[in-house]
Amino acid sequence: MSKPLHIGFIPLIDAAALIVAVEKGFAAAEGLDVTLAREASWSNVRDKLNIGLFDAAHLLAPVAIASSLGLGHIKVPIVAPVNLGLNGNAITVSPALHTAIMAEIDGDRFDPMATALALSRVVAARRSSGAEPLTFGMTFPFSSHNYQLRFWMAAGGVDPDEDVRLVVLPPPYMVDSIASGQVDGFCVGAPWNSIAADRGVGQIMHFGSDILVRSAEKVLALRQAWSGKNPELVAALVRAIFCGAEFIEQPDNRVEVARMLARPEHIGVDADVILRTLEGRLKISADGTIRESSRYLLVGREDAPRPEPVQAAWLYAQMVRWGQAAISSEALATAKAVFRPDLYDAALGRKGELEPVSHAVGAFAGPTFDADDIAGHLAVFNIRRSP
Amino acid sequence: MGAESSPKIVIVDESPIRAAILEEGLREAGFTDVVRIGEMQSLLSRIYALDPDVIVIDLENPSRDILEQMFQVSRAVRRPIAMFVDQSDAASIQASVDAGVSAYIVDGLKKERLKPILDLCISRFNAFSRLQDELDRTKSALEDRKVIDRAKGILMKLKGLTEDEAYVLLRSTAMREKKKIGEIAQSILTASELLK
Repeated sequence: MSKPLHIGFIPLIDAAALIVAVEKGFAAAEGLDVTLAREASWSNVRDKLNIGLFDAAHLLAPVAIASSLGLGHIKVPIVAPVNLGLNGNAITVSPALHTAIMAEIDGDRFDPMATALALSRVVAARRSSGAEPLTFGMTFPFSSHNYQLRFWMAAGGVDPDEDVRLVVLPPPYMVDSIASGQVDGFCVGAPWNSIAADRGVGQIMHFGSDILVRSAEKVLALRQAWSGKNPELVAALVRAIFCGAEFIEQPDNRVEVARMLARPEHIGVDADVILRTLEGRLKISADGTIRESSRYLLVGREDAPRPEPVQAAWLYAQMVRWGQAAISSEALATAKAVFRPDLYDAALGRKGELEPVSHAVGAFAGPTFDADDIAGHLAVFNIRRSP
Repeated sequence: MGAESSPKIVIVDESPIRAAILEEGLREAGFTDVVRIGEMQSLLSRIYALDPDVIVIDLENPSRDILEQMFQVSRAVRRPIAMFVDQSDAASIQASVDAGVSAYIVDGLKKERLKPILDLCISRFNAFSRLQDELDRTKSALEDRKVIDRAKGILMKLKGLTEDEAYVLLRSTAMREKKKIGEIAQSILTASELLK
């Protein structure tokens, strides 16, 4: 057995591959002695990873990049040798805002361009009537939730910094905040959208996969220095998580996984909600309407665990677009180097990707993402802070 | 320390006892301008209304992520704040994370002035944890005592033992199974419930 490894996580369904790797013995089979630590905030996870209290962590992909670039906090180079999840977010709005958007919509209600244009008309009407701007919650400044929400509304002409308020809210507070009217909508991961829909205080308007077909969400994050010194442990962790991810994707295992994740020391929510999430079968409103998508959350399918630098480049481009990062080719290279398919392939003894899947981000608006020309790519978008 | 030089400190902590201990410590050290926030609703707007120089937050609080937003340059944020630590301050982060507290400085306050505040928070948080641990230990010792007494009673009745013999049996079983006496006693209670 290895020396004990401490791995932090936030109670969200996309920590599943990590939790299953430990609980089903895949980590032990690799000779790893892992202790999981449930954390209360992303800031804590980041800090405990950075200072070495954690050897590894379930982390927002953009936080891994921000930490490597020294944005908003001390600079600690991070590497991600395996993804814990792609997609998995949703945009939920209050019943009142949903009604307002549906009254303005011209097109399909699951078409994000149609809803974004409708939102811009709602925002304009509120402004002319002197109403308070709408407030949207997201989980962290460096999060796919922040970028997906911004990408969506900006496509319809809503400036996320000028026309609405975007506020950070810890995921467990989202549901209460929409119920009390503190926010009119939010973008968050599972299970919180489903819980808002179950309680009748929110309507799931979009799956994250409506906005971006393929989006890096959480990674297993390691300090670059630690990773360099412990290549065997890194490879063993990748294999254990890969096995966890494969296990989750077997339909026969899902009830067991849902029950395991439902336990209070893991996620601590109803097993049925977790099961629906894993199956991509979400109740989107209180009346029980179900919407299904095979892309809602990808854990082990479609080569999801393999980190793709193009995803890191897209996230970095969003940081530039919204004024969080300056544009430079060095920063872009640093961001891309956080995602390490080489470590992943080496751990699994693979030579490159096996499944013929497209790794393109697949955004619903704008030109195809070009990781080699971020300035040119961003120039197409009218609403942006820089470059 | 004159009133004009005492920075305004906001303590964000859902534990009212710990926040009170911290406030008292800060006041004793001459930091007279201290406000406690124990309710996390509208945290950011309340912080803006108070307009503090320093924010202290407990690390078990999910609202810590809300403060991260204040690092961002945006219209919603009036005065940028920063985590107290910089690249060279790894030891300070370690100490504060270990203690379970974090501090932020709002634009304008010099870092040197935060150091004594953070040190004080760390020592008070650590003192509070020690108190909490002691209390937990006392509570669990009391609980164990009750469980052991009931298990002894069961053994005395079922096996016709004296109280001392029952205790010796519990203790020797615990040693053999490398468990605590309280755990063995608890399993006797559970078994006797099942066999009722």
